Formats: sequence, C-alpha cells, structure tokens
Amino acid sequence: MDDTSVGISGMAWLWFVPAIPLAGALLNLFGGRRLGKLAGLIASGAVGLSFLVSLVSVRELFGASVEERVVTEHLFDWISVGNFSVGADLRLDALSATMILVITGIGFLIHVYAIGYMEGDPRYGRFFAYLNLFVFFMLLLVLADNYLLLYVGWEGVGLCSYLLIGFWFEKPENATAAKKAFITTRIGDTAMLIGLALIVSETGTLAFDVVLGSPDDTIAKGTATAISLLLFAGAIGKSAQVPLHVWLPDAMAGPTPVSALIHAATMVTAGVYLVVRSAPLFELSGVALTVVLIVGLVTALFAATCALAQDDIKRVLAYSTISQLGFMFMAAGMRFYTGAMFMLVAHACYKALMFLGAGSVMHGMHEETDLQRMGGLIRRMPVTGWTFVIGALALAGVFPLAGFFAKDQILEIANHTGHTWIYLLGTLGALLSALYIGRLLFLAFFGESRSEEAEHAHESPPVMTVPLVLLAAGAVMTGLLLSSSAEGTLARFLEPVTGPIPHGDGLSTLALSLIATAIALGALAVAWWVYASGRVDRVAFRERLQPLPRAAAAGWYVDHAYSTLFVKPGIAAARFSADVFDTKGVDALVNGVGGGVRRLAAAGRRIQTGFVRSYALGFFLGAVGVLVWLGTRL
Amino acid sequence: MRTPIAYFVVLSGVLFTLGTLGVLLRKNALLIFMSVELQLNAVNLALVAFSRMHLALDGQVLAFFSMVVAAAEVVVGLAIIVAVYRRRGTVDVDEARGLAG
Amino acid sequence: MPLDNVVFWVFAPISVASAIGMLLMRNAVHAALFLVVNFFCLAVFYLILDAPFLFAVQIIVYAGAIMVLFLFVIMLLGVDRGDDLRERLFAQRPLALALGAGFVIEIVLAVRAGIGFATKAPAGFDAVNEPGNTQAIARVLFRDYFFPFEATSILLIVAAVAAMVLGQRKARAVTQAELEAMRG
Repeated sequence: MDDTSVGISGMAWLWFVPAIPLAGALLNLFGGRRLGKLAGLIASGAVGLSFLVSLVSVRELFGASVEERVVTEHLFDWISVGNFSVGADLRLDALSATMILVITGIGFLIHVYAIGYMEGDPRYGRFFAYLNLFVFFMLLLVLADNYLLLYVGWEGVGLCSYLLIGFWFEKPENATAAKKAFITTRIGDTAMLIGLALIVSETGTLAFDVVLGSPDDTIAKGTATAISLLLFAGAIGKSAQVPLHVWLPDAMAGPTPVSALIHAATMVTAGVYLVVRSAPLFELSGVALTVVLIVGLVTALFAATCALAQDDIKRVLAYSTISQLGFMFMAAGMRFYTGAMFMLVAHACYKALMFLGAGSVMHGMHEETDLQRMGGLIRRMPVTGWTFVIGALALAGVFPLAGFFAKDQILEIANHTGHTWIYLLGTLGALLSALYIGRLLFLAFFGESRSEEAEHAHESPPVMTVPLVLLAAGAVMTGLLLSSSAEGTLARFLEPVTGPIPHGDGLSTLALSLIATAIALGALAVAWWVYASGRVDRVAFRERLQPLPRAAAAGWYVDHAYSTLFVKPGIAAARFSADVFDTKGVDALVNGVGGGVRRLAAAGRRIQTGFVRSYALGFFLGAVGVLVWLGTRL
Repeated sequence: MRTPIAYFVVLSGVLFTLGTLGVLLRKNALLIFMSVELQLNAVNLALVAFSRMHLALDGQVLAFFSMVVAAAEVVVGLAIIVAVYRRRGTVDVDEARGLAG
Repeated sequence: MPLDNVVFWVFAPISVASAIGMLLMRNAVHAALFLVVNFFCLAVFYLILDAPFLFAVQIIVYAGAIMVLFLFVIMLLGVDRGDDLRERLFAQRPLALALGAGFVIEIVLAVRAGIGFATKAPAGFDAVNEPGNTQAIARVLFRDYFFPFEATSILLIVAAVAAMVLGQRKARAVTQAELEAMRG
C-alpha cells in the first residue's frame, strides 16, 4: 500500500486505463451520428489502447518484489466532511491487474466483433458509446482503492447494463428486460450500500487499506458478518446468483456483444471480485464464507438444471453463466480465492467465445435462436462451429483446456479440505455442465439441418470470426499458462492479495483429474448419443420426462413466484398510487385549494355590488363600529 | 339661555342621522346631495353650540367657513350632476354600477 | 317658562319633522322646500345661541343661494317627477335604520359621558361678542383665521371656474324627446 514510485517514475498514468474508454464514450456520444462507421473503430481503438496501457502497467508490477506489488494513485480529494474523507484513489495490485487485463483484452475483441455485428444499426454510434462507457465504469470498479469509488463503478455498470439490454427499446419486451435487470440488481445494491454505511460507522473510512488491512482490530466479528453478508447481497444481485438470478436470462434480449461482454466476461464477475477483494472481512466473519459457499453451490446446481431444458441458444448460455458463477463463489467460500479468479479468467474467455459464436450463428440464420430449428451448422459455418467446439469443451472441463484446470482445481480443494458433500455435489454440477453444453453443441452444430435457415446459413465476416479464433486460442492457452495449482503463475501472482491456498489431504490430484475427465467425456458422449447420433427419439424422450423439462425451462417457476409475490402487488400498488391516490387524493387536494379559493372569492365578490349606496352603507357601518369601540374604551 | 347645551348637540346628532339615512336610502342624486347639505348643517349647529359653551368664537368662525365651502361644493357638485345627466339621461345612482364584481 | 326654552322646544320638532319630510317626499321639489324650512329653523337656533351673524348668513347663503341653485337644477333636468321608492338593495333599509338608531344612541351616551345633560350655557358671552357679533367675528376672522380665509377665497374662484368648465356643452343638449327614446 505504498506510494507511486515503485521503480518507475510516473506510474501516474494509471488513470489512463479508465480514462481512455471514457474519452471514447464521450466522443461517440456527442459525435456518433457524424462519425458513422468510424465510431466502432474509435471505440475499439480506445479499449485496445487501454489494454496496452494495462499491459505496460502490469508488467511494471511484475518487476517489483512481492511486498511492493501495489501501486496507488490519488487523483483528487473527493469528499471531505468532518472526520470522514474519501479520495478518488486508484489501486493497482495483483487482483485488479488480473481484472483490468481481462476487461480490456476480452473487451477489445468484443468491440471488434461488434463492428461487424451491429453494422447497419441506426444507433450504431450510441451503441459503442455505451460499450465504452461500460468499460470505463468496470475499470473504475476494479481499480478503485475504496469502497465508495467501487460503488460508483458498480452503479455505473448497472446503468450501462440497463442501457445496453434495452438498446432495441422499440420492442417493449426489451425495455422490460432492461428494467427487470436494473430493479433486481438494485435490491442487491441497496443491501450493499447499507453494508458500506456499516463499514463507515465501524471504522470511519472506506479505504481498502484501512478496512481490509487488519480488520480484527477494528471490527467486531458480528458486525463483520453483517457487513460481509450485505456486501454479498450486492454480489448476489450483480452476479445473478439465486435468488436474484432472474434478470440474467431475460437480459439476453440485448445485442449479443452486450451479452458477451457484460453478462459473461465482466459485469457479472464484479460480484466475485468484490468477495475476493473483501476476503479479510469474510474470513473474520467465517459464517459469511459458509453462506457464500452454500449460495454458490445451490446456484450452480439450480442453474445447470435449467440450462439443460432451454431451447433458446442464448438462454442456455445465460443459465450456464449463472451456474459457472456459482462455481466461482463456491471456490471463494472455501477460501480458494485464486481458484475463483482463475475460473473467472477462464470463464471470461470461453463464455465470451460461445456468446460471440451464438451471435455469429444468429447472424447467419437471420436472428433465429431456437435450437430446435438449427442443426448441422458446422458444415455451413466452420470457423464459428469449430471455435464453438473449443469453447464447449473448455466449459465441459476437458484437458488441456482452461475449464478443465479451473473446475478440477476447485473440486480438488473441496476434496482436500474435507468438504466431501461439496465435492460430490460439485462433481454433479460438473456433470450437468458437460451435459447441457454438449446438448447445445450437438443440437446446434451437428446432426441434420432442421430448418430452411439452417440449410442456407452462411459464415460471418472476418471482423466477427477473427475475434472468435483469438478467444478460442485464449481458452486453450489460459489453462496451460496460468495453471492455478500452488506452483502456478497466477497463484504466485495473486498471493499477496488473496493469501495462501488451502491445503489438505484427500485423493491425489491425478485421481481427481481422471475422475473429472471421465465424467466430462462421459457426459459429452451421452449428449452426442441423444442429440446428434440420430438414434434416440429426442422428442419422445423429453415427453416422457415431463413435467420436469417444462419446469426446468421455466426456471423452476421462480419468475412466476416473484411475479405473484412482488411484481403484481407492486404494480397494483403503483396503479393505486397513480389512479386513486394521486388523481383523487393529491389532485383533489390541490385542485380543492384552487376551487376553495375560487369559492371564497365568489362569496367575497358579492360585496362588490356596484351600487354606491351599499358602499355608503358600508362606510356608515364602519363608522358606527369605530364609535362603539371608542365608546367602550372611554 | 336656560336650555342645556347638550340638547342642541343631541338635536344635531339626530339631524345628522336623518341626513345619513337620506344618503343611504334615496336614489335620486339630487336628493342625496340635499341630504349631505343637511348633514353639514347639523354639524354647524353642533359647532355653534359648543362655541357658545366654551365662550369662544372659534366655533362660529368654523361654521362660517363650513358654509362657504359647502356653497362651493354645491356649485361643483351640481355641475357634475348636470354633466352626468347629459351623458346618461338619468340621475338615478343605482344606474351607475359599472364597477360591479 | 323662559323664552329661549320655548323657542327651542317649538323649533326643534319642526326641524326634525321637516328633515323627515324631506326624506320621505317623492317629489324632489317638495323635498327641497322642506329642507328650506329646516334651514330656517337652524337659523333660529343660531340666533338663540348668540350668533346673529350666522343667523343672517345661514338664511342668505343656504336658504337663499344654495337651495335656489338646487331648485334650478331640479327644474332644469326635469327630475321633479316621481322617484321610485322601492328598495332593491338587500337589507339596505333595515340596516340603515338600525345603524341610524344606534348612531343616535351613541351620540346621546357620548354627550351624557361628556358634558352631561345639565350643563347650561355659561354667562358672559356678551363680553365675547363685544362690541357686536359681526365685529367680533371679523376680529377673529381677519386675524387668527386669515390664512384659511384667503384659501377659501381661492376655493370659491376655483369652484366658479370648475362650474363653467363642467357646464360646457360639447354636443347639443339632449332634448326630452331624445331622452324618452334613449330610455325606451
């Protein structure tokens, strides 16, 4: 937590990292219409430039020794009231370095993809402005050195998410989805804000150094539990965990690059980042970590079952994201923060890849998303298809792709630290993951073409396929480069921030890896047999399992429950307020005042008869009155 | 003189009241004007009575001035009434209610 | 019974009656004549209050000039015909009568509280009226009240001018026939 002079003069350009995308956003916001196609290039260039600056900054960080691997930059004094002060401070340490590389790197590829995907859209410039704005806020979130600045970024990404989900707001369901996302995450955000207030009331500050430095001295255990749970509530909302997960499947109404960037790679991972960053608080509490673990586990299994039954290609991926995030939280709950972060990075690569691939499929099939109408696309869209295969295998956890390492490590830690139930259920989750992604893969890309569009689908232009290839490369290499065992690069990198990896005894690493691979391959084989080989009647199979598939497809009716419990009463209350209370109550009061004045005036006006003699009578009346009064006083 | 001064004052008050009633209850502008003259005269009576009581001539002089002013006032007032009559064809004050609310 | 008492008790009712008569007359000329009677009575009162000058002035100015002027105008405008005695303002008559009564009562009470009903005119007024009422008034008028005197003279001139201005005819006078047409 030291000064800015770690070896390099002028690390005072850390603020460039978020500032460049902000500049791009402003440029596109104000000049978008005139810039035309240039908007996409400007936006992508901005993020790309930011990526380069991040690379340089991180490289500098690598050069320093473990103790000094932190750079902070104080931009200006933001709030200073009495004893409470908050500065606009940025912090670059191992954790935030990982995040900014993911955000800017994958963000750059997605921006380039979007140049092709959004071509011809009437609000092209504004789209890129929003995207850049989002990147700015996300970078702010992870580079913040205090909880308040983090919250600014938190809210900012929520706003951009709303703007982007509802980008095609001409269709009412898109606007509704955007509202749903915003409102649901708001619930979590409010809890988080209460948590921040609690932090201030306990420690008097929001700076990471102070709050997270040695919390056992300043914060009581019970309060730490409260704070941690409140912060985690925010993470539940933002990272779409049960019970606040309902917005993410509907958020697929937004353009696919949005789904890829926000709802796979970055915004939804903000919750994981928050938990890992606040680890000292969670560890002080203990209970909070257990809650995180349980929530992650439940979400992972719940969402996986839902993903298995979806027919919309993007919704499968959405539920998959929810499930994978659950895994990340499971890892964090077991104090395996490095594992959570590694999975975050790996997931960002292969999920973004698969979302962009889905977008490519939709592009080639004229915006068709129904899996039942696809089939055999790998023959007609080879690049998209094979990159998608790589992504699917990565998610399933097949060696040596990134997903294998990520999931395997997490399950290994579960086994070694004695969380046997966690290990078993986690393995079940891995099985389900492989199943649903296999189903998706085989239904969409293999087998017979099941519709006209599938017959005549065409491959996407290079501006869209090149990012796919690059992301596929990432999915392949990330695991090998950053393997997160205790000797791995990422672990060593993150250790100053996250602490050591939990250790224990259990089955050997080799045994666990073999089990995991066997499960993954077995599930994929089953999926191939049911969905692509043509030897099983899928439709009859699904019918026999009813009503389970229908329930799973409807997200186990959670949405229906919320609708009945909260949404409908809420709308009824709003309608009451607007139609009854406002119209009859408030308006009546206000108009009543006006009406009352008018009636008063009308009554008073009757004195103005116009007759001189009545006025004279009035004089006389007054005169007599004054005399009487004088008389009584004498 | 044996009559108590108070009787003159009370008489003055009664005449003044009658004049006021005339102002309030008659509609002919000329009659109203005449009632005003009655009021002025009543006040003159009171002035002279008090002047007699206080053994000073100030009251009488004041009454004298009052008469002079009343004369001037009548001149102007009647000229106005005539002008109004020429305009509207009537001296009924109830017809002049253009300022009714 | 002393003479001035008799005078008072004879002329007081006459003055009140003539005032009431003026109020009640429908014909404006009749009302004006009743007012003249009232003025005469007041002149008599001035006489018994040791103000002979005012007695003369009252008759000459009020009864002789002002009322004559009134009668001229009444005749000129031809409004001596019947005045409609119906009252159409809400509560005008009862309220006026009530207030009038109240006013009189207040005067009576004020007088009783002030000078009292027993105080008679003090003797010694002859000394004030030395050598005669007119000279005494002149003495006071041209010394103590000289400025108001000059002011009222200006006032009279102004009034005369005003009357001339207001009396100018810009258009020809409205004849009786045209009035009928206007009113009809």
